Amino acid sequence: MVQSERRLKRGRQGEFVSKHVVARVEDIGPGERRVVTVRNRPIVIFNLDGEFFGLLNRCPHQAASLSQGIQAGFAIAEVPGTERCIRRGEFIRCPWHGWEYDIRTGQSWCDPESILVRRFKVERVPGSELVKGPFVAETVEVSTDEEYIYVEA
Amino acid sequence: MPELSEARPDGGSNGTALKIDCDVHPGVPTVEALMPYMDDYWVDEFRNRQIDGLEIATYPPNAPLSCRPDWRRDGERPGADRDQLSDVVLDTFGSDIAICNPVYGGLVALSEQMAAVLCRATNCWIAEQWLDRDPRLRSSIVVPAQNPILAAEEIERCAADARFVQIMLLVANELLLGRQYYWPIYEAAQKHGLPICIHAGSMYRYPTTPSGWPSHYLQDYAATPQLFTAQMQNLMSEGALARFPGITFVLAESGISWLPPYMWRASRTWKGVRGEVPWIKRAPSAEVRDRFRVTLQPFDVTDDHDRIEKLVEQIGGEHMLLFSSDFPHWQFDGDDPVPSAMPEHLVRKMRTDNPLSIYTRLREDK
Amino acid sequence: MSVRETILQTVEGSPGREFIIDSDIHPEPYSPQSFRERLPARWREHCETYGDPQRGPYAALTGYPRYIPRTSRRDAWPSNGGLPGSDLELMREQHLDRHGVALGVLEPLGQGSWTRNLELMGAVCSALNEWQLEDFVAHEPRLKASIVVPMEDAPAAVAEIRKHADNRDFVQVQMNSLSEEPFGRRKYWPIYEEAVSHGLPVGIHVGGSTGARTGGGWPSYYNEEHYSLVNSTQAHLTSLVLEGVFEHFPALKVILIEGGIAWTPALSTRLDRLWSRLGSEVPHCRKPPSEYVKANVFFSTQPMEEPENPEDLLQIFADIGWNNILYASDYPHWDYDDPEYAFKAPLSVEQKRKIMFDNALSVYRLD
Ligand code: FES
Repeated sequence: MVQSERRLKRGRQGEFVSKHVVARVEDIGPGERRVVTVRNRPIVIFNLDGEFFGLLNRCPHQAASLSQGIQAGFAIAEVPGTERCIRRGEFIRCPWHGWEYDIRTGQSWCDPESILVRRFKVERVPGSELVKGPFVAETVEVSTDEEYIYVEA
Repeated sequence: MPELSEARPDGGSNGTALKIDCDVHPGVPTVEALMPYMDDYWVDEFRNRQIDGLEIATYPPNAPLSCRPDWRRDGERPGADRDQLSDVVLDTFGSDIAICNPVYGGLVALSEQMAAVLCRATNCWIAEQWLDRDPRLRSSIVVPAQNPILAAEEIERCAADARFVQIMLLVANELLLGRQYYWPIYEAAQKHGLPICIHAGSMYRYPTTPSGWPSHYLQDYAATPQLFTAQMQNLMSEGALARFPGITFVLAESGISWLPPYMWRASRTWKGVRGEVPWIKRAPSAEVRDRFRVTLQPFDVTDDHDRIEKLVEQIGGEHMLLFSSDFPHWQFDGDDPVPSAMPEHLVRKMRTDNPLSIYTRLREDK
Repeated sequence: MSVRETILQTVEGSPGREFIIDSDIHPEPYSPQSFRERLPARWREHCETYGDPQRGPYAALTGYPRYIPRTSRRDAWPSNGGLPGSDLELMREQHLDRHGVALGVLEPLGQGSWTRNLELMGAVCSALNEWQLEDFVAHEPRLKASIVVPMEDAPAAVAEIRKHADNRDFVQVQMNSLSEEPFGRRKYWPIYEEAVSHGLPVGIHVGGSTGARTGGGWPSYYNEEHYSLVNSTQAHLTSLVLEGVFEHFPALKVILIEGGIAWTPALSTRLDRLWSRLGSEVPHCRKPPSEYVKANVFFSTQPMEEPENPEDLLQIFADIGWNNILYASDYPHWDYDDPEYAFKAPLSVEQKRKIMFDNALSVYRLD
């Protein structure tokens, strides 16, 4: 198990961020999601067709847990009769008041300019890389021949 | 086509800003006055059956609101005297142009044919008896919304006369106004660049509230803003706003102060159920600011400078208000329809710039 | 010990902890079938055979299908398979314990006043009242019940109030906003008379089944119907004042629930203006309408309007009156307002305390 808490770089607000191993790749299948806690922050990790994305699990509106919402596509239309659903499964709808967030960007669609869910960088990394650091394993036992998901937070 | 007014719409560039009153009500005295504009069949129908008294239920002629006491003339329908209207609205209130909204029985008739005949006659009567005689007057086209095909034909007929500057609909009809049923009206409006004025007044096809019929006229009139909110929700929800991007909707005699809470609530709901109406692409509050304008009277806001500024900020800014006296309805006393605390920058905007920006026909300097 | 004293004792017993009173919590049965079991056999069979015809196009569904199942928060479905609002454990965890709810007023919805058959309406309301006590209040003393009345049948409504009037587990009478007539009309007055005689306020909660949702006809979308509920609340407020209900029952307290509140000052001002012009039509209404509103009407906050500039709410609250506003969560429904986050305007400690606690303490029947 790797345990180096080496500070990597600074995030947007100037805070230090580090890389936290949070799950094995196969723990979160395509279309699935899982909530992890990293440095006391609840983060919901989504797997969209093998790509991983992480959002703070707190709706900017009234703080509902986004992980309890449904994943859906985005409805678009010019006028009635032209409605279509695009990017199925790539939006999370808040379980309370239904605001829609783009899982890839954290952007809200009702007010894209001002409402954004905090996004965390989520990537996959082969176990063999982990020994090189600067990864922090949270709750996951890691071994070198598997693939892992890490969050920068 | 008659000559346009000598009043020169100039938008104020030379310092003598054109002042426009966007809602005044000439009264049709009796159905007899419209007979010259009907064919014989209808003249006989009205005469032989003694059909008269076609003032709409929203404005009972003797109700205090329907005519300011000092403007009442014994034995006359409110607003029926053209000289009085010109004297008060243009001379006393100091406007250069007034837009007539003749609210009469054609708008509410149960028979589509009678509706069409009355609306057509009303438009002809306005043109000949009012617009021809005072070049400072303009009018809305009144249409039989009971039959949108006939309504569109009437728009086509009147649109050739540039003194008709918009189309008027009542705020409560057979169906809510966003429905595709009405789109022929909007096709014609968009084609001719005419705003749609939605004016207070009801066909009384449904109880006047979602919870049944109240006992009093006062309650019906008090509920008018509710009808406006219903139409705004429906125009958005049915995609009419999206389908006719060229049309500006004027809320006339609606009151104003109900707008912010409506905009906030409608926006909150939309954020949650947007997928049901995906053609609404931005929050209803943004749609309102872009696509709707509202007339001044009845001014239902506390007459206080800061409150007025705040309200105007909330509804979207100084471009939203259109000056109106609502003559002869009794909405205010004295000689100035502008509330005393109205900030000066808003007065100029609502009397001149805002009307000119939507009534393109007032800009066509001939 | 009275309900009020119990609440105050709880509060005093936990210094430093913040408590709130919630004027709108929606209890649900485990399933529609489980509730139906509570009806007398005659009505159970009736419902199984004919359903519960209301005033819409479908046999068993509202004409405006909701956007989210059971109009509920997606995280409010209990793991036992019951409906949102049916499981006390989950309600405690998500709301009562979490937010320090010292008193939560139950508002059963979806049946009872919704129906057209007056006898069925009476039977369902009776069952709703027993059920609130047995399934909720008996197990969770922080919750109190509403006497749900067959509002379109005043004699039956009066009898239902009488039946429960002495039971302190009921803190108000409840009616629903989509009614056959505006609530100022005389047919409803016996209900107010009875409520006042027992010191019970009358809560009017949005919802129901009625004719066209707007005076301009039937909307097509839920997006519109949801707004029309505001209109129904406005219609009742106007009607109660102008038909003279408060003039006749000066002690009557009315709580308007889930109809929004930011529109109130504008409506009051409009009514005052019109009354000054048209007052001769309503001579029984002797004061400016806004005075009755201030004296007799209380507004629950949810769904809290959200101005672009949240501070705009402060003026609106002040105009309504800081004593006339009651916090409501609407748990477990989708437009739930979280007590910590719903008020985006900066309230003073005292203002907040009034809205979240003090006002409710004096509005409901708690002695
Ligand atoms: S809490 Fe997420 S939309 Fe309101």
